[in-house]
Amino acid sequence: MTGMESLSYEFAGSQAVAPFAPVLVGVVASGNLEVLVEAAASNACAFKVETSARGFGAIWEAVLHDFHERHGFKGVNVSINDMGATPAVVSLRLDQAAASLKQEASR
Amino acid sequence: MQWPLLAEQLFGTDHAIRADGDFLSGTAMFDDATLAVVGSTAHAAIGVEMALRQARVVLDTIAQHPGRAILLLIDTQGQQLRRRDELLGINRAMAHLGCCIDLARRQGHRVIGLVYEQALSGGFITSGLIADACYALPEAEIRVMRIPAMARVTKISEARLTELSQANPVFAPGVQNYVAMGGVRALWRGDLRACLRDALADSPTTDERAHDGALRGGRRLAESVAQRVLAA
Amino acid sequence: MSRISFAECSARERVAALLDAGSFEEWLPPSARVTSPHLAQLGVPAAFDDGVAIGRGRLAGHAVFIAAQEGEFMGGGVGEVHGAKLVGLMQRALRDRPAAVLLLAESGGVRLHEANAGLIAVSEVMRALLDVRAAGIPVVVLIGGANGCFGGMGIVARCADRVVMSDSARLAMSGPEVIEASFGVEEFDSRDRALVWRTTGGKHRFLSGDCDVLVDDDVQAFRDAAIAGLAAAQPLSLDTLEREHALLATRLHDAPEGADAVALWQRWGVPDAAHVPNLDAAELRALVAH
Repeated sequence: MTGMESLSYEFAGSQAVAPFAPVLVGVVASGNLEVLVEAAASNACAFKVETSARGFGAIWEAVLHDFHERHGFKGVNVSINDMGATPAVVSLRLDQAAASLKQEASR
Repeated sequence: MQWPLLAEQLFGTDHAIRADGDFLSGTAMFDDATLAVVGSTAHAAIGVEMALRQARVVLDTIAQHPGRAILLLIDTQGQQLRRRDELLGINRAMAHLGCCIDLARRQGHRVIGLVYEQALSGGFITSGLIADACYALPEAEIRVMRIPAMARVTKISEARLTELSQANPVFAPGVQNYVAMGGVRALWRGDLRACLRDALADSPTTDERAHDGALRGGRRLAESVAQRVLAA
Repeated sequence: MSRISFAECSARERVAALLDAGSFEEWLPPSARVTSPHLAQLGVPAAFDDGVAIGRGRLAGHAVFIAAQEGEFMGGGVGEVHGAKLVGLMQRALRDRPAAVLLLAESGGVRLHEANAGLIAVSEVMRALLDVRAAGIPVVVLIGGANGCFGGMGIVARCADRVVMSDSARLAMSGPEVIEASFGVEEFDSRDRALVWRTTGGKHRFLSGDCDVLVDDDVQAFRDAAIAGLAAAQPLSLDTLEREHALLATRLHDAPEGADAVALWQRWGVPDAAHVPNLDAAELRALVAH
């Protein structure tokens, strides 16, 4: 059966971020993903993943958890469209997004 | 339907439409007015030469017969797949044909497209889809690409594409789907002369296809997305 | 001044590089999530912007509208939403009358995953573009991506007032693989890169007049060409179409059967035609400047 898999995770955060315009990194292509980061009125960093590579929930949770350990954002929503990126590429894009986010927030 | 039978049903013997190879052209009398007719037959592949032959008829109509309506008879397998046509800029020749038809429309010529057998892809974009409105006979088919080629490009299996082509309006080649999506204004059934008469009287001069797609439910987003851009 | 490759930039990066710094205002941006309704059923991920960024900005101080197709998403293929964004941009241009509409085209044409919806969408883009052109607003198409500009978008491109290409870009209808699959490797060897670029690449298109301006793969060169495009409005008339017709008909009848590009260039009076593939854009422009 074809179709997308939807995954959601949320982690309590500690690092507030100054208001920022949405940030987009990456592109939806084979082995790649796009990451959209937006401000949210919350104390969490919430992740919403749409992926065509089904059955990797546990790996997503680990990768996103590691990202959250690195940055600990709160008041941030991270939305992902994924087309089978490896964990290394996912982490790379997330860190690129975090760097862009900090740049945006310091404007 | 074969073009001679179609011509007879539309015009009786009152026409001078001729086939020269796959190229159709000529005139017909309809309701006391002369109609220019141009198109193709035998599922013609549209290459540079065919595009230019059709453009010539449109240009001559604009130059010599102000106000004369133009009927495009469409039966094509799409663009000609030859290196020579690509070398010579088939996309430019097709754009040229499209621009000629578009100018005819702007200068007050009613341009009606009729898919009477099949229409594919580029061969359709450049003719029927740039008319004031495009119509089709009920048994006609309109496709973007044949399934084997589509499977190669999309990496979706032929089986899956065939399955989708049966049930899914986005994939199914039947012209009913194109009506639902707004790409075809209506099907011509029964009295073809009445259908042509209505088409000449009623075809819009602005592009209403996205609106039709929304109204008919076959393409729900096109109109609203364009409107959102206008309002952004 | 170091050169930035236009081909290697994403769609949004190209927009930022082309327009005056910081002037881009995007409409229906990714955060609006105006996405394709047709892809999920095929197990294909959507893109937040459906593969095209549209909006307005300034170019050398002039107000312009701009659209940039993201070639990496679905090969830049036009689907229902993607096409509607382009149509909306064109319709808005009729209302707001910017100095120009810039279309950064990188596309395989109709998005096959959306089949019928994509085909109709491309046609609507074509009609809307011709409306803008008829209103005297120049439409400038800039082609510089690795995927080139093919299919229905290859037709759309040639409906514009001006086409700008880099020497590494391609503009055509069918890709060489499709032609090879239909008629064999003798018809078109899709792995012969030199042949592919001689047949459909920027240099050949420049020599044939299928593109108006040839530039290096350099964002600054594209920006300069876009600025020059502000003056490029050429509304269509019977006269202009008759001239185009004569040019195309002559070219068709003059081209010997089985001709390769080099033979055509020789017939067209290009000096030292066999050497053209080795020239860069500036050298080629200089060669034919007289």
